[in-house]
Amino acid sequence: MERIEFDYPARHQVSRRAHVGVVGSGDLEVLLEPTQGDRAHVLVRTSVAGFRNTWKAVLDRFFAKYHGAVRIEINDAGATPGSVLLRLEQAVEASEP
Amino acid sequence: MSDASTDVSFVERQSFIELHARERATALFDPGAARELVGPFDRVESPWLPLQGVTPQADDGCVVMKGRIAGRPAVVVALEGAFQGGSLGEVSGAKMTAALDLARADSESGQPTPAVLLLETGGVRLQEANLGLAAIAEIMASILALRAHAPVITVIAGTVGCFGGMSLAAGLSSYIVMTREARLGLNGPEVIEQESGIEEFDPSDRALIWAINGGEQRYATGLADTLVEDDTQQIAAAVKDLVAKGVPSVHRSSQVALYRERIRALDPSRQWDPKELRASWGRRGDE
Repeated sequence: MERIEFDYPARHQVSRRAHVGVVGSGDLEVLLEPTQGDRAHVLVRTSVAGFRNTWKAVLDRFFAKYHGAVRIEINDAGATPGSVLLRLEQAVEASEP
Repeated sequence: MSDASTDVSFVERQSFIELHARERATALFDPGAARELVGPFDRVESPWLPLQGVTPQADDGCVVMKGRIAGRPAVVVALEGAFQGGSLGEVSGAKMTAALDLARADSESGQPTPAVLLLETGGVRLQEANLGLAAIAEIMASILALRAHAPVITVIAGTVGCFGGMSLAAGLSSYIVMTREARLGLNGPEVIEQESGIEEFDPSDRALIWAINGGEQRYATGLADTLVEDDTQQIAAAVKDLVAKGVPSVHRSSQVALYRERIRALDPSRQWDPKELRASWGRRGDE
């Protein structure tokens, strides 16, 4: 298992936390929580080591459009980049009133 | 294909098997009447999995919800089959035990609180070996303590099924609800092959496995109480009925003499056929 952390700038507050997904084969769990301040922090724990650059590319793309001040925790069991983006978008949707 | 109305109901029904543990648990409660206890944001996860390089899950694959079923207080504990095969570790085991014990405490103080266990599990989580074994022993003790006051209802929907130590927990519960897709057994087919060889049990022979471990056979031989379709409404209704029914006059696992006699009557020197077993163990009037 590999731990990877990222930080991104944030512009607006988020009202609700959200939890989506399952740590099942090819899937992942996302925990999204509002934080104070102007940063978003992401912690990834993944069963597949050696994909730091891929995670960075996926999250760069996600945070190019999303600017919430949140703490995101990802527990991953080998999800593809496409599944990761869909789960992140699902978490954002669930965190919006 | 059967007639058109059957096809429509098949298309329109909401599958229970396709739901994850949290959605399954929520679906059993009266609308808007449930809250989760020790949820993912409490982050009570397995301390042992990361040490072995395995990604943990924030709820350790065990969802505990308290609410009302058929207007009565009830607790639902759902195992997530997609996470580590629904296996029981230290944390998920402690969550299930604590939920059962709190339900017993409420029941003893005059508020009967049935428990519904949604079991999709291969049993003990091998990465937490002894702690998982201890957890299952505790769960069994807690089921026995609670079932004297309120029913403990096990639902096995599939497709993981219920195996290993948790099949013993299922056996102690007041009622078992199964679908045709579900399986219930002590040793899983792969384990039997590994221990005794493919001549003993062929895990690739799905028809054979379901003829022995499947929900239909378990129901037909009286080892499960309700056979349901993979339909969320039907399963919720079955659970409601059993909650209303209350504690059975005799639990299946208390009928020691009956089952001793049945096992004694089986001749182990020849191969038994699942259909023959139905004939000799079958429910009265159902055959």
